Amino acid sequence: MAPNTEQHWARTKSLMILMMGLWAFFSFFIHMFVTSLNKIVIAGFPLGFYMAAQGSLLAFVIMLFWFARAQDKIDRDCGVAEDD
Amino acid sequence: MAAQGQSSDFTSNLGRVYAIYTGGFIAFVIFIAILEKMGVPNQILGYLFVGFTIAIYAMIGIMSRTMQVSEYYVAGRKVPAFYNGMATGADWMSGASFVGMAGSLYLLGYDGLAFVLGWTGGYVLVAVLVAPFLRKFGAYTVPDFLSARYGGNTARLIGVIVLLACSFTYVVAQIFATGIIASRFLGMSFELAVFVGLAGILVCSMLGGMRAVTWTQVAQYIVLIIAYLLPVVLLSAKKFGIPLPQLTYGSALQEIAKLEQGFIQSGLAPATMKIHTAPFTSYTPGNYFALIFCLMVGTASLPHVLMRYFTTPSVREARISVAWSLLFIFLLYFTAPAYAAFSKLEVYSTLIGKNIADLPAWVYSWGKLNLVTVCGKAASSADAVKAACGAISGHAGILRWQDFGINTDVVVLSTPEIAGLPYVVAGLVAAGGLAAALSTADGLLLALSNALSHDIYYKMIDKNAPTARRLVVSRFFLVIVALLAAWTASTRPADILSMVAWAFSLAAAGLFPALVLGVWSKRVNSAGAIAGMLAGFGITMLYLIVTRYFPGFGVTSLGMTSLTNAAGAPLIPDMAKALAAPGALDGWVLASHPLASKVGWLNMNNISAAVFGLPVGFVVTYVVSMMTPAPSKEMQDFLDEVRKPRGNTMMEEKAA
Repeated sequence: MAPNTEQHWARTKSLMILMMGLWAFFSFFIHMFVTSLNKIVIAGFPLGFYMAAQGSLLAFVIMLFWFARAQDKIDRDCGVAEDD
Repeated sequence: MAAQGQSSDFTSNLGRVYAIYTGGFIAFVIFIAILEKMGVPNQILGYLFVGFTIAIYAMIGIMSRTMQVSEYYVAGRKVPAFYNGMATGADWMSGASFVGMAGSLYLLGYDGLAFVLGWTGGYVLVAVLVAPFLRKFGAYTVPDFLSARYGGNTARLIGVIVLLACSFTYVVAQIFATGIIASRFLGMSFELAVFVGLAGILVCSMLGGMRAVTWTQVAQYIVLIIAYLLPVVLLSAKKFGIPLPQLTYGSALQEIAKLEQGFIQSGLAPATMKIHTAPFTSYTPGNYFALIFCLMVGTASLPHVLMRYFTTPSVREARISVAWSLLFIFLLYFTAPAYAAFSKLEVYSTLIGKNIADLPAWVYSWGKLNLVTVCGKAASSADAVKAACGAISGHAGILRWQDFGINTDVVVLSTPEIAGLPYVVAGLVAAGGLAAALSTADGLLLALSNALSHDIYYKMIDKNAPTARRLVVSRFFLVIVALLAAWTASTRPADILSMVAWAFSLAAAGLFPALVLGVWSKRVNSAGAIAGMLAGFGITMLYLIVTRYFPGFGVTSLGMTSLTNAAGAPLIPDMAKALAAPGALDGWVLASHPLASKVGWLNMNNISAAVFGLPVGFVVTYVVSMMTPAPSKEMQDFLDEVRKPRGNTMMEEKAA
């Protein structure tokens, strides 16, 4: 299959923007509401505290494994992936 | 794994090799536990722990020796994603993360989570924006990429300067940490312990470069994560019946909250005490988010982290490897808040509000080292505590919240003792802390010496140097930098140690715009990148140095104002009066100077200096690029190639 570099870069850029949006959400946006979230308590954890101590971190880990797969799919679809 | 011809055998048997190693390590811990039961003194057990682990690292280092350039610089690009993830975990988590992070969370409560967030979220930027592209290019060092993308040695040299500025203070802190840990557990003198640590570092990196450092870092990760998790898992099982501290500390948080309310009502603590889960008690919201931002962007720019992703077999594996790295780092960072909560609960429930004559033994054992204070003095003995509290007028002999002080290192180090675990666990923690400090020091030293040998010597001074000479020069710089760092650490330089936090802002402002725009923009050119790196790095350095060393000048000439505390009250209420005081306008002031680190722009602490340097770097890079001609057709083709995973690395080694 002939490599489609233009489509590859366009899709790579969209994925990048999506990832940066999620990153900003879990790094900053969610923590702006810590005081309200702290009123919700789950298993002893005030939710605002939990998001900064575990929730966002878990989100980062899951995001990165998902990203590695999604980007690999783009590379394969556009014929620019490395040989296995 | 000894000879080069057998290295493919080694890589195909990695799983078995490290499974045997992990089993062997656990057997060794059990063996030490048996020795302890038989009455072998603690100090000998401590020496066995440290000696055995360093001997293993040394053995891996010696077996991974190499005379090939690509093995020395990038481990032959044969490190599978999973193992590179572990090596990055060890590379990343410093002695301070291991020993001090939980303590910072104890002291800062919610606000300390800025570090937990900042030091993990940065990997999203690494994976998406930077690392896979540098891997495709095939760099040996970060300045290699800058030079290829921005045509020439000017960009390379600036890259090297930023790298030296952010990595050297960092490596001094690691060697300092090995000295502290070894001296505390083995009873050696600190200066001797520093040079023992130095030997431990050199033996891992000198013969085998990146290849040796990679395989020792994997071994060090295994030791450090077992050592970090075990005490708190046992503590959780003992207290809550479930060996998952990350879940059970929710109950501890509830108990802490109840105790905090009780202390305030009964007058045992002032109404202004820091509530553990309450936000913005130490930092203003602006500073909290700025700190997270600077730590994240710094993570994605620090050369010793980025260079780990040069070692994977493919671009695909580089991306997966960042995910594994973050998972392995996550295991430690999401456990640290549990340590903090359990320690705080222990202190609040067994110390505060109790008679000062009834303090538990662990208070005195850490008090003797001046790491725990009661009533403002080191709690070295029951008499010392009595005398210190007696000197406070109206002290009822009941320990109040504000009477108790604890050093950040104590939280992790004292947990085995508080949980009533045998000494073997404390020895394990020491071995873990040592592994964390040694592995980070190895990565940093390699980043520093590779920049000097590959970028400065080979690429800028002698382009025709034969392979053998290049490898000799690399090792020469490695030893020189290591000796210099160890000597600096042995002088206990308070200033340098406090500068470690600067590394993130310096790397972020100096390298991030040039790296990211270098991949994601075809329009950014050499002039723009050079101007942007100088401007971003310059502004950040200026802010750091002026706020810390020339605060009076900052106020009079650069429009700086007093920072505020978390509640918004200025740290220097009357600036005119403060400036009129004798010595207020001095330069190179001590940390104790009344203005030092207390002034700034827009109320930003200097640890977050990149909030100024980074936007300046991006804007200058872009504007100067737009004012100068676009990069050549060749450069645009080069970028197309960097963006495509398929194909060989673009920087090919001529000899090896």
